[in-house]
Amino acid sequence: MYYGVEGENPGASTVDPCDINGAHFKPDIYLNKLIREKPLTELMDKENEMVRQIKALDSDMQTLVYENYNKFISATDTIRKMKNDFKKMEDEMDHLATNMSAITEFSGNISSTLQDRRQQITKLAGVHSLLKKLQFLFELPARLKKCLDMKAYSQAVRYYTKAKRVLHQYQHMPSFQGINSDCNIIIEQLSQQLRQQFKDKESSPKQLAECVDLLLQLNEPPESLCDEFLSHARQKIDEDLNVLDHQIKLQAGEITATDLERPSQAYLNTPMDILEFVDNGCNGYLSNICLVIASYKDMFLNRYQDDENLDTIALRKLFIFVTDLMEQYFNYVQRRVQLEKETGDNAILVRALDRFHRRLQAMNKLLPDTDFSRAGLEIVSKAARDRVEHYLLALKQHFTDCMTDIRQKLAAPRPAGKHDGAANLAELLTNMQSSVMDQIRSVLNNLQAFTAPDITFAMKPYFRGPFCSQDVREGLIVSFIKHICTTCNDFCECVGEKGSIPPSLLLILAKYSSDLETTSISYLVSLTEEQFLVVDKSNTTLVSEMLLWAKETAQKLLNHYVRVQGLTISQMLRKSVETRDWLNTIEPRNVRAVMKRVVEDITYIDVQVGQLYEEGVRKERSSDSSRRTHTYSQSQQQRKPPWSYSPSVDNSLISNIQKLFSEKIEIFSSVESSKVSVLTGIIKISLKTFLECVRLRTFGRYGLQQIQVDTHYLQLYLWRFVCDENLVQVLLDEIVCSTMHRCLDPIMMEQSVIDLICERG
Amino acid sequence: MDDEAPVIYGLEFQARCLTAQAAETEHIRFLVGTQSLRAENQVHHIDFDDENNLINKNIYLHREGEIWHMSASTFDKSLVATCYNKTSDSKSEICGAIWKLPDDFDNVSSDDQSTSHQPLELLCHLDREDCGDLKSVLWHPIGESENIVALTDSHIIQYSIDTASSTAKMLNATPLIAGKSQPKLTCGRWNPHHNCAQIATANDTYIRGWDLRSMEQTYTIENAHGQLVRDIDFNPNKQYYLVSCGDDCRVRFWDTRNVGEPLKTLSEHSHWVWSVRYNHFHDQLVLTSSSDSRVILNNISSLSSEPFGDLAEKDDEDDDDSVHDDESLPEKSREPQTDGVIATYEEHEDSVYAVDWSTADPWVFASLSYDGRLVVNRVPRAEKYKILL
Repeated sequence: MYYGVEGENPGASTVDPCDINGAHFKPDIYLNKLIREKPLTELMDKENEMVRQIKALDSDMQTLVYENYNKFISATDTIRKMKNDFKKMEDEMDHLATNMSAITEFSGNISSTLQDRRQQITKLAGVHSLLKKLQFLFELPARLKKCLDMKAYSQAVRYYTKAKRVLHQYQHMPSFQGINSDCNIIIEQLSQQLRQQFKDKESSPKQLAECVDLLLQLNEPPESLCDEFLSHARQKIDEDLNVLDHQIKLQAGEITATDLERPSQAYLNTPMDILEFVDNGCNGYLSNICLVIASYKDMFLNRYQDDENLDTIALRKLFIFVTDLMEQYFNYVQRRVQLEKETGDNAILVRALDRFHRRLQAMNKLLPDTDFSRAGLEIVSKAARDRVEHYLLALKQHFTDCMTDIRQKLAAPRPAGKHDGAANLAELLTNMQSSVMDQIRSVLNNLQAFTAPDITFAMKPYFRGPFCSQDVREGLIVSFIKHICTTCNDFCECVGEKGSIPPSLLLILAKYSSDLETTSISYLVSLTEEQFLVVDKSNTTLVSEMLLWAKETAQKLLNHYVRVQGLTISQMLRKSVETRDWLNTIEPRNVRAVMKRVVEDITYIDVQVGQLYEEGVRKERSSDSSRRTHTYSQSQQQRKPPWSYSPSVDNSLISNIQKLFSEKIEIFSSVESSKVSVLTGIIKISLKTFLECVRLRTFGRYGLQQIQVDTHYLQLYLWRFVCDENLVQVLLDEIVCSTMHRCLDPIMMEQSVIDLICERG
Repeated sequence: MDDEAPVIYGLEFQARCLTAQAAETEHIRFLVGTQSLRAENQVHHIDFDDENNLINKNIYLHREGEIWHMSASTFDKSLVATCYNKTSDSKSEICGAIWKLPDDFDNVSSDDQSTSHQPLELLCHLDREDCGDLKSVLWHPIGESENIVALTDSHIIQYSIDTASSTAKMLNATPLIAGKSQPKLTCGRWNPHHNCAQIATANDTYIRGWDLRSMEQTYTIENAHGQLVRDIDFNPNKQYYLVSCGDDCRVRFWDTRNVGEPLKTLSEHSHWVWSVRYNHFHDQLVLTSSSDSRVILNNISSLSSEPFGDLAEKDDEDDDDSVHDDESLPEKSREPQTDGVIATYEEHEDSVYAVDWSTADPWVFASLSYDGRLVVNRVPRAEKYKILL
């Protein structure tokens, strides 16, 4: 209230002069303000209040003044007391100074009297330690011997190294010489024993390391030690390798498991699977060699930093040693992996290879400048390639099996009636498709084990790239598709051996190939690329190229099928024309059985083809119900002209003119992949044969009439199979025409009679 | 200038046999025999005038029956052998005879437009006892002896003919193979090599070689074609090579010393191949005809006697040709000729059953289709120069 007001509220106080507590309080303004603003009563109240406040403030001030006065009085008393105390202390300090100087004097006296004794004692202590050392030297041979007996070689060496220098220095004194020679003899023994131990097969690597360490301390030449060490290590490692070799022989069947020598080795004589084998290799061989490398490095390499030369020699020795052994090991592993070909399980193989690869990588860290993992990867990818080849063979085999299977099913006697047998053609196709596709899928799945993310070697681009694009895509999928195409093409080549390939199989394969083209190939390739993440597409076969193969194959097979079927029917027709004596037949009463057979066979073929192929387009198709009669009348109209002229007039001109207007018929032409087109092809071939055969014969009247009946019968039943019934019409007309030319007595049969016979037949 | 257009000659009747007049070496002459069961059959003697592109003809009547096979004598150009179908109401058998052409183009005046044709003069019938239907008659290929060979369904018969006394004496008849069901012979050729002591026959899918002296089989090509063998011909210059064609639409080349595999297979035709002929002068030219109504001229240099891909000495035959055509003569470095189709002739509209080279001009050939159309063609100029130069 009395100070710090400004600081407390600087902003407000500057402004208001009427604040009674503010710093800028102006009593006049305040008073004026009050008088002006307040009513009288309030002014009276205010005055009272103010008086009261002033009184309170006055009493407060009085108490404060009293309190401060008291404190001041007590402070004056205290200062007076302090003055007395300091005077007393000054006296005591003077006393202390005199005492201290007396003590200094005494101590100087004492030290001067003890000076001589101390020098004597120091000398005596020196003599004592010397004597102690001498005693150690004298006792050294005995100690060493004792150590030797106790086989505490390291202690012996420690003793010897301690004493060696002294002995060497005082060699000229006879007594020391004796000791020295004794020691040397013992040390000789010691090193002898150490070497013994070093060479001993049974000693553990740790013992070996100790030996080497000690021998080195005894100044043995490190190079020979290196050699000895390595050769010793080699013996041990060779044992491991022998175990591996033994396993390989067991697996290969060169040794039978029965000729056991010792029961303890029985486990060695049961063939291990590849994982066990690799484990065995890793645990036995690889860990041993790692141990050897590590201890060798400890012993020989990091010791002589000063001697660079020795270091490099030792390193080179190690390098040669390791490379040699690794080569052997790789050799074994490779052989073993190759043996794995026959069996099917990928997972184990991949795990084994992975383990192998990992261990090798670990080894790389151990020994710089070498790249065993590269060589190991080589083995891995070789193994992968072998697997792919193996699978390819299996796929090919499967494909062949599928075909044999189909052949067998086709050859199997049809249960009841022809059409039951035909009914399963589509089924056979789908069976084959799905079974081949499943097989491929499972193969791909199996192969995916090689690229699984937890497999270390799968991540290496050096392995992954070639494996995915070259091995799997090219080596497996593309090769397999190629194989299918060539196999199918081969079927088309062997025309000579009739009946060796059932035509139905050709048909199935044709459809299979065309399905390959339309769906399977792209699916397979994209599946492969997806599953194996094929990125590098250089040097790969284009999908379009494969599609082309399949397309060509499908077309070839289909053409071949048409040809084969056409030929079988042709053969029937030809035999029927060639073997009959057409001059002396009786008046036709029936359609010849051969024609019925032809129609039957073509119907059967139609059913077969219909299972696999689309109907296809026909020309000028009209409603089926009116078809038969319609065709019939139409055919009559068409037939009329060539038959109506008198036989004596040579009709070559007319037939020539007729031909001018009809298109030339390609007989063995390519067919489209539709049922109608296939059937048209077969019928064309058959009818053309019929025509050519007829032209080689001479007919009597009834022979001609028989042909008339036969062709009419064919006309009645064949139109429905072909795309352009005119074509059948033209060919059949030509047959009849030719027959008429070849007829001695060309009298045609009444159309109505023909109809009757055909209806009946 | 284009290649000369083919010359077409139409016969009234259907026909399937055509032969070059083999003993004629001056003029381009062919003989065609017709097939008609009901009308009188004819033998057309065709003369092709190369320079004017004209065809002259003589027509002779062949009254015995329709002609199934015809072959011209190799030593006397007026002689021709036919195999004809002798029909009665209930029987038809194929017999053979040798005929003499009554006259030639040289001594006949051009008044042959008279309505009646001269008949052929019969020299002698070929008696075949009961050896079956006659298939073809083969003359001695060089014309040295007057022996002929006739093939029936199942027998090979040798005759000795005497033109002076008009007789044909049967020397021997050899059955093809003992056994009844043997498929019938389809055709045969007399091998012009080995002193003309061998013939080859075809039945079904087999081709067999025979030694005429002993009548023993010398070789057999089994499964020469997938189906019936329709025709065979010998390479005129290479003694072991023969060509065959058949119902499997293929033409195959064989070496008779190694009959396991064909040397080459052509498959250009789309129906049965009925006839195949080597050119007598340039054996790389091979003609084939087929019931797909096409005639195809092939160049098979790789199996010919021509030095293959090598320099051939220049022939001096070209001096008269070079007058026509100088622009196609630039001396091309001779590229080795490749095998392949030279030309496909599509003038026919029916099956072409016969084709033959002229014996006089190495570049002219005739083909005959069933509808009676005879087409005379030439080897394309470019090809001709390629061979000659």
